[in-house]
Amino acid sequence: MKAFTYERATSVQQAVSMAASNPDARFIAGGTNLLDLMKLQIETPLHLIDINHVGLDKIEATDDGGLRIGAMVRNTALAADEHVRRDYSVLSRALVAGASGQLRNKATTAGNLLQRTRCPYFYDTNQPCNKRQPGSGCSAFGGFSRQHAVVGTSEACIATHPSDMAIAMRALDAKVETVKGDGTRRTIPIADFHRLPGDTPHIETNLERGEFITAVTLPAPIGGKQIYRKVRDRASYAFALVSIAAVVQPDGTGRFAIGGVAHKPWRMGEADAQLKAGAREAARAALADARPTEQNRYKLDLVERTLGAALAEAKG
Amino acid sequence: MKFEKPAEMNPIDRMKVVGQPIRRIDGELKVSGQAKYAYEWHDPAGSHAYGYPVGSAIAKGRILSIDSKAAQRSPGVLKIVTTLDVGDREKGKFNTAKLFGGSEIQHYHQAVAVVVAETFEQAREAAALLKIEYAEEAGSFSLKEGKLSAVKPKDAGGSEPDTSVGDFAGAFRSAEVTLDEEYSTPDQSHSMMEPHASLAAWDGDELTLWTSSQMIDWWRGDLAATLGIDKGKVTLMSPFIGGGFGGKLFLRVDAVLAAFAAKAIGRPVKVALPRPLMANNTTHRPATIQRIRIGASRDGKISAIGHESWSGDLAGGQPEAAVMQTRLLYAGENRMTAMRLATLNLPEGNAMRAPGEAPGLMALEIAMDEMAEKLGMDPIEFRKLNDTQVDPENPDRPFTQRNLNGCLDLGAERFGWKNRGKPGSRMEGNMLIGMGVAAAFRNNLLLPSAARVRLDRSGILTVETDMTDIGTGSYTIIAQTAAEMLGLPINRVAVHLGDSRFPVSAGSGGQFGANCSTSGVYAACLKLREAIAAKLGFNSADAVFADGEVRLGNRTVPLTDAVGPDGLTGEDGVEWGDLSETHQQSTFGAHFVEVGVDRFTGETRIRRMLAVCAAGRILNPITARSQIIGAMTMGVGGALTEELAVDERRGFFVNHDLAGYEVPVHADIPHQEVIFMDEADPYSSPIKAKGVGELGLCGVSAAIANAIYNATGVRLRRYPLTLDKMLHQLPEVA
Amino acid sequence: MPRLVHLEVSRRDLLKSSAATIAATGVAGVGAAQPAEDKMKSSNTVSFTVNGKAEKLELDNRTTLLDALREHLHMTGTKKGCDHGQCGACTVLVAGQRINSCLSLAVMHEGDEITTIEGLGQPGALHPMQTAFVKHDGFQCGYCTPGQICSSVAVLEEIKANIPSHVTKDMQAKVTATPEEIRERMSGNICRCGAYSNIIEAITDVAGSRA
Repeated sequence: MKAFTYERATSVQQAVSMAASNPDARFIAGGTNLLDLMKLQIETPLHLIDINHVGLDKIEATDDGGLRIGAMVRNTALAADEHVRRDYSVLSRALVAGASGQLRNKATTAGNLLQRTRCPYFYDTNQPCNKRQPGSGCSAFGGFSRQHAVVGTSEACIATHPSDMAIAMRALDAKVETVKGDGTRRTIPIADFHRLPGDTPHIETNLERGEFITAVTLPAPIGGKQIYRKVRDRASYAFALVSIAAVVQPDGTGRFAIGGVAHKPWRMGEADAQLKAGAREAARAALADARPTEQNRYKLDLVERTLGAALAEAKG
Repeated sequence: MKFEKPAEMNPIDRMKVVGQPIRRIDGELKVSGQAKYAYEWHDPAGSHAYGYPVGSAIAKGRILSIDSKAAQRSPGVLKIVTTLDVGDREKGKFNTAKLFGGSEIQHYHQAVAVVVAETFEQAREAAALLKIEYAEEAGSFSLKEGKLSAVKPKDAGGSEPDTSVGDFAGAFRSAEVTLDEEYSTPDQSHSMMEPHASLAAWDGDELTLWTSSQMIDWWRGDLAATLGIDKGKVTLMSPFIGGGFGGKLFLRVDAVLAAFAAKAIGRPVKVALPRPLMANNTTHRPATIQRIRIGASRDGKISAIGHESWSGDLAGGQPEAAVMQTRLLYAGENRMTAMRLATLNLPEGNAMRAPGEAPGLMALEIAMDEMAEKLGMDPIEFRKLNDTQVDPENPDRPFTQRNLNGCLDLGAERFGWKNRGKPGSRMEGNMLIGMGVAAAFRNNLLLPSAARVRLDRSGILTVETDMTDIGTGSYTIIAQTAAEMLGLPINRVAVHLGDSRFPVSAGSGGQFGANCSTSGVYAACLKLREAIAAKLGFNSADAVFADGEVRLGNRTVPLTDAVGPDGLTGEDGVEWGDLSETHQQSTFGAHFVEVGVDRFTGETRIRRMLAVCAAGRILNPITARSQIIGAMTMGVGGALTEELAVDERRGFFVNHDLAGYEVPVHADIPHQEVIFMDEADPYSSPIKAKGVGELGLCGVSAAIANAIYNATGVRLRRYPLTLDKMLHQLPEVA
Repeated sequence: MPRLVHLEVSRRDLLKSSAATIAATGVAGVGAAQPAEDKMKSSNTVSFTVNGKAEKLELDNRTTLLDALREHLHMTGTKKGCDHGQCGACTVLVAGQRINSCLSLAVMHEGDEITTIEGLGQPGALHPMQTAFVKHDGFQCGYCTPGQICSSVAVLEEIKANIPSHVTKDMQAKVTATPEEIRERMSGNICRCGAYSNIIEAITDVAGSRA
């Protein structure tokens, strides 16, 4: 870990202006991923802005009947919130499927969206990785890729996004609210928040430098059976091989997002439209452009079967 | 004391303290954070520095140069000691790969430097600034490819690489029912919770090292050899060890780096291996490919059994002895085993809990299940039918005790085996439910072990031995042994372990620790009893030590009076005669597992587990049971998740941390049941105990594989038994 | 009561530990080439309480809460198993909530109340959870044990506070301390010795006697 200077922000405005005045700064909230990566010098900020004291820790109703989740709301608090449990249970389910109790107590809503891939080659600084060191190559391609992405990949990167929370948010059409260094605010649909790797896998979101996430909003509740089904080798405390966040209405229509298969939470309108036809049709539509490796080809089958499980549970 | 004849009645047989469910005497220290592990010793003057190790970025080749200028300038840096600086060094005799010294790189993450700084943070930062130039060489990293050119090993760890009895080929060819299958087990990591760590302090030319070692004396000798100093100049201390499983049997590089670094700066230095370095820097259980052939008559009698195993290691290494149990476990007149070794440039393969038997039974006990099915027999009946009470290679050698069939029967009854249905026939919700069984087998090994006991005038009996407690319960069972021998309550016994100034013990490994170390304590206690008796003018053979007193006829003397103001000491050790040659000493068990397999996703979850063990006298049913449940848990990992993933292009284990290498977590493990058969084996030792710590692992993973088959009808032969290997064979669900 | 386990170690008293009386040592070697401006130092002063005792430390910003406890306060009950949030051995309670102290910077804990295994109880005056771990042999090597115990104390509080888990069947119903719930919630604490079955018995014992 490189030495860094440290300061504490007590308001969003202060945090944003601190960042604007220091090009080498990073915000730190829960720190559960950033510090992990700093210890390995995969992240090397020279300055940390502690945003744990800026507020943004409330979950409030929005004017359109939805919810606004403050960026600093911890994963535990979000999962346990009575409105989320009642109206957006897929989100609660996704949150508690992730990490461990200790990590969820620290991890924040914004930080969870921004966590980086768990690709083992990204984590090993001796190995080429385009995400860590642009242009050095992708070691996972042709290497140990059992857990890697099958769709939306590029020659440059086959890493997955590791979040469970973001998969549920993608199914719920969440929006990310931000403020930039110059004080302008914007709202980014979660579909546009994360990027596919393309030629620039090191750029993972469409946030600008110094842009600060203030909240995630959820639209008004959409009802339906809400299911988060995470498949992993061990029963807990593991990243998904595949996960499905599904919201299924009584008439069999609905929507679903897939985790563990892409560089971002994966959802296709065409696939949602096929949901009523069944898991096979919907999964095939979602993964139509998949380019799996030998080691992760099973994920195509697994997505279909996991979606099948989710749909069976929705009917059940 | 030489143990040459089967034990007769002795004070241990009283079983007033030994064999009782006594809570760990170090328990309060461990639950309150007061047990100090290697990295936790501090100098009150604040004078120790921190060393941060640097691992090789390549798997094979040479270091051309190390530029440490930038690191040297980094704040707080005191010294950088590189492998080039220390030059070629004598390799420890228990190590295959050299740990440190010279320019040759034998495996990925081999230590190439240690950066020493005032603080941990400074050392870690500077470690990233070393610029190392390598000349990389091509290596062999695939066992599948290496199998083609594997050779008969010169050194198979003391066992025969090839064995043959009768006419295996002919008998197999003519057998009515045959099985010929290939199985594979992956590289596995010990992944103990406490990383390898050492604190080294020099006083002139004498070194004191606090470390985390299973085998004090082996480490002491190998460390001295590596440093080029007399063994007598090294004092090693390892009172608490945060798990080992074989990973701390042999000298590790943290000790070497700390010693070199401390010497270089003239101050104590402590070094811990960062977790991401452990899997590739240290040893692992090597992967195997195994071929098993079984031929039997239609009524289930085995006539031919053959087991071949291929594994890889660095040049100079040994095979994983996965065929060992097959020489002893089942009857059959015609038999063969063979081990072949490929040279691989992966990190050193070496002992991990139940080396040989653990991966061997992972394969053999699936094969037995498959064979039973071919025969249309219950797998328990098939095993029982092929039981043998003598060494099948040499019928003149009887087993000292062998109650495998009793374990299978009792387990079947307790587990509800009769409710096991046909494959794929039981479903609850979305879970396909199945039961599996496997035999457990592990030999009883014997190593010399010594101890010193001292009874002081306040009535405290102090035991000193360099034995280690890696979580096995050594502190407690040694206290129980000494208490029993002197007729004292356990709270009058103090136990000091893990210090090289004490008599050399067997150490912790090969499930020999409990039986051997308590035998050494027994021997020392006999000496003390003799000394006490002599002082009182008693004939020691007739004196009775009980209730804090020594009695002869109608004379009774409190021990506190008997030892006098200066106390009395006894020191001795146990050595072993040829009973293990004339007789076969082994431990046995049966594992029962019930699994649920998700019919959609193929996820396997364990629902119930039972182990029934026949392993000689159980010295403490609490700590012995913990050994078994812990081993069963490791067996769950070995069955379902654990695999060091090899990158065959770059030659290293890719998933080299605890996120990537998935060991079981709480949610994977149900309530576990353990039953011990009531045994005492007079051939094993005066204590009449045998080991349990490895037995508990042997066979578990195969029982899980068999349960998966019973649940789904899918037969998996390649570990770990992950869903991707099963999915395409599961019934359609859409 | 004799000391049953060997603790005093050094032949030269060189490194004899007396953690309780050791004052925190400062950070040597930092300060060179640092910006002069006060708030922009690579070390900072932080004050927090540990087990009720006020502590003030001058620390390299990089120092984790875990290393502050172990290397500076010499409270080594909290363990470093992986240093990357993958094992749970470093679990401590901050304001009653369990966190991985390895993934938290000490300087971010200004004013916090921290409880470690040493603060839960000591030999002779153990916390009920510590007693239950001894009674049920909920450990072997002991290295993950402080983390398991801190975590389990917090788990029972989390269940009481009706925080859901991955195995909670009904998100609307009151959560109860079933073995299944406890297992899932304890899954961030790895025990390679495999004492899980006994640990669950220890925790359910405490949970039951509280109910």
